[in-house]
Amino acid sequence: MGLLEAIFLSVIAASTPLLLAAAGELVAERSGVLNLGVEGMMIMGAACGFAGAYLTGSTLIGALFGIAAGAALSLVFAALTLGMAVNQVAAGLALTILGVGLSGLIGAGFVGEKIVPAPALYIPFLTGIPIVGRILFGQDGFVYFSVALVAGIWWFLYRTRAGLILRAVGDSHTSAHALGYPVLKIRLFAVLFGGGCAGLGGAFLPLAYTPFFIPGMTAGRGWIALALVVFSSWRPLRLVGGAYLFGAVTILQLHAQAFGLGIPSQLMSAMPYLATVIVLVLISRARGTAGSAAPASLGMVFVPDR
Amino acid sequence: MQLVLERRAERSTKIAILSPLIAIVLTLVTMAILFAILGKNPIAALNVYFVEPLTDSYSLMEIAVKATPLVMIAIGLSFCYLANVWNIGAEGQFIMGAVCGSWLAVVTNGTGAGPWVLPAMLVMGALGGALWAMIPALCKVKFGANEILTSLMLVYVADLIMDYLVRGPWRDPKGMNFPTTATFDPVANVPVLIEGSRLHAGAIVALIVVMLATVMLGRTIKGFEIRVVGAAPKAARFAGFSSDRLVLFTFAVSGALAGLAGIIEVAGPVGVLQPGISPGYGFTAIIVAFLGRLNPVGILIAGLFLALTFIGGEGAQISMKIPLDLTKVFQGILLFYVLACDSLILYRIRLISPFRKAADGTA
Amino acid sequence: MRKIMMTAAVAALAIAATSYSASAAEKLKVGFIYLGPVGDLGWTYRHEVGRQEMVKELGDKVETTFLENVSEGPDSERSIEQLARSGHTLIFTTSFGYMDPTLKVAKKYPKIQFEHATGFKSAPNMGTYSGKFYEGRYIQGVIAGKMSKKGVLGYIASFPIPEVISGINATILGAQTVNPDIKVKVIWVNTWFDPGKEADAAKALADQGADVIMQHTDSPAPMQVAAQRGILAFGQDSDMIKFGPKTQLTSIIDNWGPYYTRQAKAALAGTWKAEDTWDGLKEKMVVMAPYTNMPDDVKALAAKTEAAIIAGTLHPFKCPVIGQDGKPVECKGANLEPGQILGMNFYVKGVDDKIPGK
Repeated sequence: MGLLEAIFLSVIAASTPLLLAAAGELVAERSGVLNLGVEGMMIMGAACGFAGAYLTGSTLIGALFGIAAGAALSLVFAALTLGMAVNQVAAGLALTILGVGLSGLIGAGFVGEKIVPAPALYIPFLTGIPIVGRILFGQDGFVYFSVALVAGIWWFLYRTRAGLILRAVGDSHTSAHALGYPVLKIRLFAVLFGGGCAGLGGAFLPLAYTPFFIPGMTAGRGWIALALVVFSSWRPLRLVGGAYLFGAVTILQLHAQAFGLGIPSQLMSAMPYLATVIVLVLISRARGTAGSAAPASLGMVFVPDR
Repeated sequence: MQLVLERRAERSTKIAILSPLIAIVLTLVTMAILFAILGKNPIAALNVYFVEPLTDSYSLMEIAVKATPLVMIAIGLSFCYLANVWNIGAEGQFIMGAVCGSWLAVVTNGTGAGPWVLPAMLVMGALGGALWAMIPALCKVKFGANEILTSLMLVYVADLIMDYLVRGPWRDPKGMNFPTTATFDPVANVPVLIEGSRLHAGAIVALIVVMLATVMLGRTIKGFEIRVVGAAPKAARFAGFSSDRLVLFTFAVSGALAGLAGIIEVAGPVGVLQPGISPGYGFTAIIVAFLGRLNPVGILIAGLFLALTFIGGEGAQISMKIPLDLTKVFQGILLFYVLACDSLILYRIRLISPFRKAADGTA
Repeated sequence: MRKIMMTAAVAALAIAATSYSASAAEKLKVGFIYLGPVGDLGWTYRHEVGRQEMVKELGDKVETTFLENVSEGPDSERSIEQLARSGHTLIFTTSFGYMDPTLKVAKKYPKIQFEHATGFKSAPNMGTYSGKFYEGRYIQGVIAGKMSKKGVLGYIASFPIPEVISGINATILGAQTVNPDIKVKVIWVNTWFDPGKEADAAKALADQGADVIMQHTDSPAPMQVAAQRGILAFGQDSDMIKFGPKTQLTSIIDNWGPYYTRQAKAALAGTWKAEDTWDGLKEKMVVMAPYTNMPDDVKALAAKTEAAIIAGTLHPFKCPVIGQDGKPVECKGANLEPGQILGMNFYVKGVDDKIPGK
């Protein structure tokens, strides 16, 4: 395995949890709901995903546990923000506190245990292609799923009627409501989907990346996922670019250090964040200041009149 | 049968007063259930959480110390949020304020500089925070780059800049090469209000900030402009208010306040610049801002309340051996209840039968 | 009706409060301040194990409390003071950043006994304690020098503090005794704890040819990466053999239990004194996990090195110590002074890296 190939493999692994969580959040935000609790849902996904896999011995069941945990937490968020018209930003941050606490309680019994990580799934013939074979077709199931997920979200948002309605709800909930669409119900599904994806992204960490559980092991990835949704201008395909950009700079700075370039490690560690900011500025500049790409109703409370 | 939320004709004063009580009662019930499962006394827990800290002068002062940075940052953030500007990076502005103010403390350390040092540090701190906040503001105004991403990412960068400085150029020469500046000289310290406690003059600064913000938001054209741009951007444009200028203004205010909070924290309770000066104040302050309904006095109350849950949670860990994770769960649940009950001030819950709903539909 | 209920509730609270404080018996109350969560599997976890061992040893003579996840900033002084105010008379603060806060509280509560880990400031009622972890690093260096086929070691470092730097130096000095051309690649991850990032760093080092991975971060992630890659690794803080049965060569175990027990016993007997304790392999504050996954001759060499350090016949920083620039480091005695090791901020010859921030 050449160095370049190895770097690509590491980049894809590092980007996958971000991509999974961000993809779900993108759908929720497209429907107009800003859920800042991604970090809390991810760490819950990590704790419950590990618990599920440890107890059953199955990565798949672990992943389902992770999805369920993320979705369950997002249901609490939905009940508050959609059902009770609570401010989304405050509720999302409170959700993070709750998720971190709960995951610690649930995971406490599993600290120090280990599981068999999700295996790489080789695809006959395709994996054998030189260089790109291993990179594209030598990954674990989560990676394939994350790519399929984004493709599916793209197809849903831009090629289906339901997707069109979801976008309409996010852009103007009053108009969508006037047209007779069930705004709150659509948002509920979008939030649950977002929670499930965040849970899966969190579960990826103990199930495939580092097969053990430690409290707080998501280490701020939920925040990065949130930032990546913004980076993508709420477009699924650009999200892939953003996630892999962030992952690539993260990995490359480690390699640069191992080469012994002598640059202060603090500057190297800051690289992924700086790179994301700079690229976003460049993209925004190219696009011009022609209005924000954000869904117009993002973060706003909606209570139907009757 | 279905429960639905309905907007009240006018905000309910009765609920406004009752809502915190309802929230506490709900928390008490939840706690009772959880504690029963854990086999601990729920009344004792409530006592440790909410009563003991409020009946002890030491704890009261500690609540004020903890609330000071939260309130100052949250006031600044409320300016942004009222104007629909999404500054998520107050944590970074806090750190850069601490860094810029500390620079003066580091270079004057041991030189016998006069009492001008502290005021100058505070100015530098506010400036540092404001300048750091100008980066996302300018990126938004000039290039249309979304401020949620830029302000958040700059938090990590600020943290690493501080890390570099305290491990490198600013390291205490007598500090055995550990990552910390020399302990600040007395002239570089925020004075303590009551001897033997940690209650410092920063608490008074926070109160002044609350008062100034109240006046500014309620009584000045600028305050009006912020509200209008936030609530009705199109109307604001007709009125000749520039949203770009307001982005710069609100970011500058919130950055300056976060930076001021940062330098006060470092020159006050901490006394040196070192990694870990903020236990996430910049993020917690976002909750404080919204819990206080973006209103200065509300923010003051919310800041004190949140500080109470931290101090009470610590007390619960000590005297009841309740794990930290459980106190976090309580904190999360309590916030949910408070937010939900708060919502009842503007809305009411109604029970609607499907029959009636159908009738509504045809009407 | 509501009013009556409120009164009843207040009365109940009052009763609960009094019965509560009355339950405190005449035990030694020992408090601990932890930096991370108790389940971090690393630094904090080992202190927690030490606390549990002390409780097991002393039974109902002690009552212990810990506060976890205490940030090193403004909160720590309050947390320490809360312990002091609630009747704890022996308080251990287990991270460097608690040094000034501990000192402040110690001055305020002269009758309470404080112990601060890994710092250098003390007071009549505040002692310090730390482990000579570099002794274990030296043995690891000897093993790594023997076991690395490519002669390239990968070192995942957290933050450039003296303990980490002296660890890197001790490692290379040990390795040079068996392989003078040994190379060490260092990655600073700027965190004690981020399993994902630690794993990424381990992968990067392995990809660049390192075949023995060593870490000065907390999680077993690097060990697992090494296991997947079929290379070798050392554990950190605790025995991580479970995470790499065919990978772990040995591990430096932080063994705080005996120390905590000893100090609590002294406090119970009224003989506690503020001291600067810096113990190593000899006193078993630093313990090596079993030597595994290596041939018998390397095992024997490792055991011999360990025995020599314990006997005092071998010192990892024996003079002359040659600095990175090729010049010998200032030496006053036969070995570097303790202060030079505790405050180490230079690399020895053979380290191919620059200290960040220097």
